[in-house]
Formats: sequence, structure tokens, C-alpha cells
Amino acid sequence: MSVLEIKDLHVTVETDQGVKQILRGVDLVINEDEIHAIMGPNGSGKSTLAYTIAGHPKYHVESGSILLDGAEVLTMTVDERARAGLFLAMQYPVEIPGVTVTNFLRTAKTAIDGEAPAIRGWVKDVRESMSNLRMDKAFAERNVNEGFSGGEKKRNEILQLELLKPRFAVLDETDSGLDVDALKIVSEGVNRAKAETGLGIVLITHYTRILRYIKPDFVHVFVNGRIAEQGGHELADRLEDEGYDRYLEGTNVG
Amino acid sequence: MSVAPAVMNTASTALPTAEQHGIKEHSDGRFGFVPVQTRSERFKSFEVADFGPVTGREAVWKLSPVSRFTDLTSGELDGTPYDVSWEPASGIDVAWVPRDDARVGSAGAPEERAAANAWTAFEKALAITVSGEEPKEFTLTRALLGAAARGAHVLIEAKPFSQAVVILENVGDARLSENVEIILGESANLTVVSLQEWDDTAVHLANHFASVGRDARLKHVVVSLGGSIVRVNPSIHLVGAGSDIEALGLYFADAGQHLEQQVYINHDAPHSRSRVTYKGALQGDGARTVWIGDVLIGPKAAGTDSYEQNRNLVLTEGTRADSIPNLEIETGDILGAGHASATGRFDDEQLFYLQSRGIPEEEARRLVVRGFLTEIVQKIGLPILEERLQGAIEAELRGSDGE
Repeated sequence: MSVLEIKDLHVTVETDQGVKQILRGVDLVINEDEIHAIMGPNGSGKSTLAYTIAGHPKYHVESGSILLDGAEVLTMTVDERARAGLFLAMQYPVEIPGVTVTNFLRTAKTAIDGEAPAIRGWVKDVRESMSNLRMDKAFAERNVNEGFSGGEKKRNEILQLELLKPRFAVLDETDSGLDVDALKIVSEGVNRAKAETGLGIVLITHYTRILRYIKPDFVHVFVNGRIAEQGGHELADRLEDEGYDRYLEGTNVG
Repeated sequence: MSVAPAVMNTASTALPTAEQHGIKEHSDGRFGFVPVQTRSERFKSFEVADFGPVTGREAVWKLSPVSRFTDLTSGELDGTPYDVSWEPASGIDVAWVPRDDARVGSAGAPEERAAANAWTAFEKALAITVSGEEPKEFTLTRALLGAAARGAHVLIEAKPFSQAVVILENVGDARLSENVEIILGESANLTVVSLQEWDDTAVHLANHFASVGRDARLKHVVVSLGGSIVRVNPSIHLVGAGSDIEALGLYFADAGQHLEQQVYINHDAPHSRSRVTYKGALQGDGARTVWIGDVLIGPKAAGTDSYEQNRNLVLTEGTRADSIPNLEIETGDILGAGHASATGRFDDEQLFYLQSRGIPEEEARRLVVRGFLTEIVQKIGLPILEERLQGAIEAELRGSDGE
């Protein structure tokens, strides 16, 4: 049974105004086949947590650790983390000029599995996943994210989630900018991936509406760089009604 | 970087003259100097003495490191025949011909001093004559030019209705200024590839002058990978009705390398078509590329269809890519004329994205660069070159990692 443990994580980021403390002691344990929703106001550090797990060079870990089945993730390079089974669905995926989706997917799959996928099965898998996500076949020959709409970029992230089969995935504001139809399609993709591989999911979101389609086992409220409260799905319902105001007294969230 | 004036697309009767724009001699102390306003009116001469010393301020030199090749612009050049090698092919004749060969000077004339210096110096021209309608491929290799300053002249003639691919392969060391005349008779179909894989020390200044006859098709390809300074300037004169040029360029500049190409397409006949696509990558401190694309659509060129574009991919800090498209249109009756230029960075966010999908850093870079340059390799469309060029691009990526 796989487990991702985050222990007392302190993270800073360099800004134009100097070094800024973002995460102030995050503790979180995610078992496989669990969905943890991390909710919180803007600027509370949710995305920093996501990028720190993935290893973005902009974020500096001051102390704490992230363990994947006991192995320290923080000493791994970005690509090593992915090969160890971590996946980040990004809020703003970048365009990669000159690299087609087909080529990109095959290269990533080969890197993660350590060998090239068998051609026939792979082509079929890609086609099936794309069709499930209502992605036109023409996407396969377009350059990664180049000229994609916001919804198309998010679907492309979930396509990768389905095909690369990570053990743990962090979904960073995957719901932002999606209309209700796209939100359903993307949510179905996440649920499908979980049903198939039993991966653990950290679902980062500002709003509760994606939780109508992806049911979290745990909800954590993130405020000012740490977890302020946690509970089950009922906590999300309460946030839906009350918002984040009651956590914000006396704090400045910018 | 600059962007040229936009396209004139309406059918107009009288064009404004320079005087109407106020571009004329002033009486207030400019000493009668009026800059050349149109590409076709630049000064031309076969005689080196007709050009003043190169200062680096001339339009044609202003982006080149002129102090590093004064031997080619003002020194005495060795114009004797040199070693070349080739595999004989049917329908391809190779010979050293005298200066008074009728073809010499028929496709164009030097517009700058290094070209005129070579023209003045060469004793015999290397002539490649293509005949016969069947397709054929021919490679001519220059590997032993050596480090002495040399002036050379090459003629490539495709007889009417003939068809061929001619590859000029350049390797080894060189300090070379040369003029290459490419003459296409009626309905000829010729591909010329100039492949620069020189040693790191080589300096190569080339002017290609092409004259494309009625319904003839030229595919002109410049691939510059190796050499210290490589400057290949194709000047294509679409002189016959229905003539067609596809000009392709592929370059990869490493640390300290200067790769330049000034492309000039002169639409001078009705229903002519041009496509110019140059793509380059830059990697390493001091890697420098220059692309200038001039397109002139003259008053006789009704029905012209023209498009030029340049794309650069910047892989590291410390590089500089100049990209300057210019478009001059002297007739309103055209099908289309457009241009595009873009210089983009391969940035850390792209690297992070690819790595976050398990792809190691080096492979991520390769993936992006290969993808970017492959478009040109595919457009060149020659199976004999494709694998070699892909391999050369890989080697460039590997080779410059350690520099």
C-alpha cells in the first residue's frame, strides 16, 4: 500500500521584495485510493504546496520532508519524482513549441516506464482516453498546449494523468476556468483514472463545485501556509455556505 | 529586431514617388546624400576597386563582425582552382571554365566588397551543368580549401526542362569568399543545397545569385551548422513568368559562432511565387545569428504569391538573434504577400513541464529543438539528407552542452 507523507514542511519563495515564507509547517498523509481536497483562499499557499511536491526550482524547502513510501522526495530531481510515481496537473500548463502531443506522450510514457510502450496497445490507449475526454483526434498532431483553449489545456493534463498512471496526483485548480460541461468531462477522467489504478489524489481548489463530481474522502482547509482545519465532506458543504471568512480574522492573505 | 512596413493590398494606379514622401535631396547640408530607397537600386559592380573600404556601417555589413575577415574584404585572394571531389552522375557535367564563359555574370552581380573581391580574383569558375529530364542527385564536396584566403566562383546551370538535386558539401577549414551563380532555364526543376559543416575555425562568405526562368522551379537550401563565421546570402531573381522559388534555411549557432543569411527575392515577372522559411537555434555564450529577408515585388510581377518567415529558438542566455523581414511592393495586383518573424526562448517553465512528466533534462531539450527544426528537414524532403541532418542537430545539441 502506497503512502505519501508530508511532514512539517516549511517553504519560501524568492520575490522581488525578498524572500517570502509561504508554507509554515504542513503535515499531510495521503494513502493510495484516497482523495484529499485542499481548499483555501487565494494566497494561502495551496499552489506552493503543489509545486513543492513536484519540485519546481522557484520554491525553497527550508525544513520538513516529503516521503513517498518512505523515500525522500525532496532530494529527487523533477523528472525523478515523476518516475517515482508523482504527477502534477498544472493550473497553467505551458506551451511546448515544436513538440506534438503524440510525440510528447510517447516520450513521457517511455521515460516513466523505462521502456517504450508496445505500439499497438499504446495507440489504442491514447485514442480511447482522448475520446473519453472528448478531445478531437487532431489534437494528437498539434504542439503541446500551443493555441489550446483553457479547457483544452486542462483536458490535456487529465489525458496525461490517465495515460501515465501515477501513484499520486496533485491537481492544482484543475476546475478553474472550466464551464460545467468541461468540468464534468475532466472530473469523469479523474474518477476513471482512480477507479483503474487506485491512485491517491490531492485536489487543490478554491471553490467547492468540483467536489460535486469528485468526492473527497478528506477536506483540509489551508490558511496562511498551514492546515487550519480538516474533516470529511461535510466541511466542504460548510465552506460552500460560509466561505473562508471565519478563518481569516486577523490574517492578511493579500 | 524590426518589422517592415505592412502589405499594400489594394489595386492602385499611380504609386507615390520618393519625392512625394519627402525623400529627396535636402538643401540644408546633407551634401547631396540620399540613402538607397529600394533594394533593387543598390550599387553593383564586378570590380573590387569600385567599392570603398568596409567600415561595418554599410547596410549589408552592419550586423557582421567585419573586423574578423578583413583578409576577405580587402586582402588579396587566391583565385586558383582547388580540390573538389564528387561521384560522377549521368546528366551532370563538372568542369573548370574560363572567366569569359558566357554564363559568368548572367545571374547577378556583387553588391558588396567581399563578393567583388572574389569576383575579381577567381581564375576559373567551377561549372556544374545539369541536363536531362530524369531526376538525379549529385553531391560535390569541398574538404581541402585550407586556411589561406581564397576567392571562388561556382556556376550551376540547369538546362531547360532538366531536373536535379545538387548538394554542395563544405567541410574542413576555409577562409573563403565566393559567388555562386545558379541559372535555371525554362521549366527546369532544380534543388540546390549548400551545406556548411566547416571546422570551428572556418570563415565563409558566400553570395548566391539565382536566375529562375519561365515556369522553372528552384528549391534553394542553406544549412549552416559548422564554422566560425558563415554568411550565405541568396539573391533570387524570378525573371521568368510562372517561376517559383522555395528558399529554406536551417542553422544552429553555438557559443561564439556567427551565422548569417541575407535572403533577397526579386519578383520580376508575372505569376511568380516565393516561399522563404528559415529556422535557427542558438545555444551558448556569444552565439549569434542574423536573418534579413528582403522581398521585392516589382511593377512587372502581377499575380505574385509571396510569403517569408523566420523563426529562432533561443536555448540559453548570452545569445543574440537578429531577424529583419522587409517587403517592398510596387504593384497592387498580387495574390498575396506576407511575412512573419518570431524569436522565442526555450524557458525554464517548459523544461519543468517536460521534466515533471518524467523526461530527463537533456532529453527535454533535444525534444524541443528537434521538433522545432524538423519542419525544415522535412521541407527539404531529401531522404539522403534527412538522417544526416537529424544526426547533425543531435550532435550540435550534445556538442555545445559542454561549452
